[in-house]
Amino acid sequence: MSITFNVLDHEMVPEHSIMNEEEVKSLLETYRITIEQLPKIFHDDPAVRAIKAKPGNVIKIIRSSHTAGRAESYRLVIKRPKK
Amino acid sequence: MPSPKRIGKIEFGLFSPKEIRKMSVRKIIWADTYDEDGFPYPQGLMDLNLGVIDPGLRCKTCDQRAADCPGHFGHIELAKPVIHVGYTRLIRKLLRVTCRSCSRLLLSTDEIEKAVIAEDEGTGTDTLSEKDIKKEQICPHCGEQQYKINFEKPTTFSEVWMEDGKKMEHRLTPADIRARLEKIPDEDLRALGINPLVARPEWTVLTVLPVPPVTMRPSIILENGQRSEDDLTHKLVDIIRINQRFKENQDAGAPQLIIEDLWELLQYHVTTYLDNEVAGCPPARHRSGRPLKTLSQRLKGKDGRFRGSLSGKRVNFSARTVISPDPNISVVEVGVPLAVANEMTVPIRVTTMNLEEARQYVLNGPERPTVNSPCGANYVIRPDNRRIRLSEANLQTVAEMLEPGWVVERQLRDGDIVLFNRQPSLHRMSIMAHRTKLMDGRTFRLNPAVCPPYNADFDGDEMNLHVPQTEEAKAEAQILLAVQENILSPRFGGPIIGGIHDHVSGIFLLTHGLRWFRKEDVMYLVQHHRISSLPPPGKVEDGVPFWSNKQVFSLILPRELNMVFHASSCQNCVECKREGCERDAYVRIQDGQLVSGTIDKKAVGAFDGQILHRTIRQHGMRRTAEFIDDMTRLAIRSIMLDGFSFGIDDEDLSKTEYGQIREMLESAANDVRMRIKIFEEGALEPMPGRTEEETLEMQIMQVMGKARDRTGEIAGRHLGLENSAVVMAVSGARGSMLNLTQMAGCIGQQSVRGERIMRGYDERTLPHFRKGDRGAEAHGFIKNSYKSGLSPTEFFFHAIGGREGLVDTAVRTSQSGYLQRRMINALQDLKVAYDGTVRTTGGRIIQFLYGEDGTDPAKSSYGDPVDVKGIVESVLKGER
Repeated sequence: MSITFNVLDHEMVPEHSIMNEEEVKSLLETYRITIEQLPKIFHDDPAVRAIKAKPGNVIKIIRSSHTAGRAESYRLVIKRPKK
Repeated sequence: MPSPKRIGKIEFGLFSPKEIRKMSVRKIIWADTYDEDGFPYPQGLMDLNLGVIDPGLRCKTCDQRAADCPGHFGHIELAKPVIHVGYTRLIRKLLRVTCRSCSRLLLSTDEIEKAVIAEDEGTGTDTLSEKDIKKEQICPHCGEQQYKINFEKPTTFSEVWMEDGKKMEHRLTPADIRARLEKIPDEDLRALGINPLVARPEWTVLTVLPVPPVTMRPSIILENGQRSEDDLTHKLVDIIRINQRFKENQDAGAPQLIIEDLWELLQYHVTTYLDNEVAGCPPARHRSGRPLKTLSQRLKGKDGRFRGSLSGKRVNFSARTVISPDPNISVVEVGVPLAVANEMTVPIRVTTMNLEEARQYVLNGPERPTVNSPCGANYVIRPDNRRIRLSEANLQTVAEMLEPGWVVERQLRDGDIVLFNRQPSLHRMSIMAHRTKLMDGRTFRLNPAVCPPYNADFDGDEMNLHVPQTEEAKAEAQILLAVQENILSPRFGGPIIGGIHDHVSGIFLLTHGLRWFRKEDVMYLVQHHRISSLPPPGKVEDGVPFWSNKQVFSLILPRELNMVFHASSCQNCVECKREGCERDAYVRIQDGQLVSGTIDKKAVGAFDGQILHRTIRQHGMRRTAEFIDDMTRLAIRSIMLDGFSFGIDDEDLSKTEYGQIREMLESAANDVRMRIKIFEEGALEPMPGRTEEETLEMQIMQVMGKARDRTGEIAGRHLGLENSAVVMAVSGARGSMLNLTQMAGCIGQQSVRGERIMRGYDERTLPHFRKGDRGAEAHGFIKNSYKSGLSPTEFFFHAIGGREGLVDTAVRTSQSGYLQRRMINALQDLKVAYDGTVRTTGGRIIQFLYGEDGTDPAKSSYGDPVDVKGIVESVLKGER
């Protein structure tokens, strides 16, 4: 069985994409934050795995929202801490 | 000011016996506290080196007086080691993972390394756990056969092994355990996640016990002059006594049995000293039988040090009393009893501008005789911050001394801004700012229209009142917390303050259908409103002018209001007859004139008052607050015009209806019997995915439900709008037609978890029925009404069904309360920054735009960003 399901194809999963360094830099500048102050997402999150993001990457998530139409969010990929 | 510093790390460790001795200022050996003269015994539990609590004495350690001495620790040398109850789990874990002979980890060096490598791949854990060690094995270091460690609450450890097929058990003394823990090498501890520099495991077994300073266990002197010691002191006395006896016995070479008993007793006392609520250990009690409050109990729980003392604050300038309703005051007001107003004060800073005014407050003094008298003052504060209490004796002198720079604490008077609160404070509308209005009596008075946000009623509820003390606090209260600013709930974007109960019934009675009032009646209705002129009369008959009920209501509507909606009484007909609606449920307001329709809960009620919602958006909060005041007053006047009451005979039906109901229930029972017969013959066609029995049950439930509804219809035919309960149900004021059905018609099927009542005896619910009876009345169908009264079996079923509801509410409230607490603890420090992001205090971003859309839910229209319907209606003015 080599059929793997790509979670990004599901209609309920919002669009994820890895941001390049310049984008990250300008993002951090707009909000005047350090990279550590971004919301986090674990490296083994199914969507993160699907776009092959590595810890340290910043990913951009675009959701469709009932009230706002389109909502952008950014997350820093981190390693899942051990229990 | 020093800049705030970031905390790098926090280290948690154990006290070593060495450290305990080092910080101790005195070795405590005597169990006594004070001698006959009331002087502390040297080396006793109240030793002067441990700090002083009696005024006049000086601490022997720091030479300070009682108020300044922080207290100092002492120590007790225990005769034998005892286990610290707080660390039994750690001890158990360590004993299980280390060798019983060499105390090394029961893993070879390779195996430890393997676990560490696995960690880098993200599959392992950063420390070893009990699970990593295989059971029943031989030590890889010294080859010793390992035994199972048994732990018995609270503090007993033993080894268990099999010998010749027999189970052998050997108890480990705390000394044995301590010896084992001592031998565990530092590297092995690091692998287990323990830093041996701050927490050697053997320190969990106490050899020396710190004695807390007397300042944290002060003795109190009772009225009869007797000293009463703190619970901790009592417990320490016990420990020292046993410790002393233990030592003596040990020195005298007492038999092993006695030593063991004493050891266990010492362990018990130390355990309860640390925690008096340990499982498997009877709590130590006071002479009166009350369990002692020892160390752990001081910290734990709601009234503990953390939740009770550190996060729980108490305030001044607050009052609490019973609340009662007053529909004649504004929703933004609160009635304050004179007794409260005389006690509560507002600070007034004296300037050259208000010197005379302030002087008058002082001259009026602290006793205000009536509600209408001018307010006085209770205290003045001099520029050097000295407080002077005002009394009849010093009024004159203080008034003369008064000059700019002083502060006069003036009593509360009409129009002061205060915060009003009812617990539980579940949302922000639980605390709102009101304007005071002094009143006679002893209760806080509030307009019933503000009951919904507080969730208040008047069955004995109490509420709190706080008086803001600074100009900033007053401004903040006025701008953010005022009642009119909180009419819209951020929960659903609609009004939460509005008409309830009688307001809704009253306004329904006033506006339903078409009625004509003579001038006297119109005047009676609007006498308390600020209305300067009446519109032209709607009709003139024989020279007598008449105004319609809709005209009267329109008097209080904002002039430019235009809207169209359906009232609560709307039946959602397929084809709306609009103005021709026979229920008068099509509400149309044009240019502030009610053209058609009945005003009820949908229009002015709390939670879904459409008129309120629209006026807030088009005319602002203040106008809406005025409208609510006008509306509640008008509603109360109109309900009083005709009177409104409900009695037992309002549930009466005529003979025909009773006959029809009886027939109806009869046929339903027959239907059920027939279905049971079909089932018993095995001819029942089961529904997909259900057994025959389930199908039968569902059918019966359906039949009985329909039967109850039919009785409601029959009763409803008889009861019209002349019935008060129908008025309340139709207008949405209180109750429903179902309630009325149950009162007049038939109570219906009682259920537990959505099924007919099945529990009880063997194959039957009650001994009144035959075994296996599936009939309606054997499983909780009540054919009587509340009016006609229940039969004994019916009564019993009703109690069963009623209990379920009670349990559900009890469980729900406790669960949601805890959920709320956790939510608040998690979210309390988040704030919306100026750039619209939601951040923690550390600047970490939680949301990039508040709520993804950056909108204030209180300013949205029931969740939508723009109230399209409202704009369209005000442009079209109700035309289509």
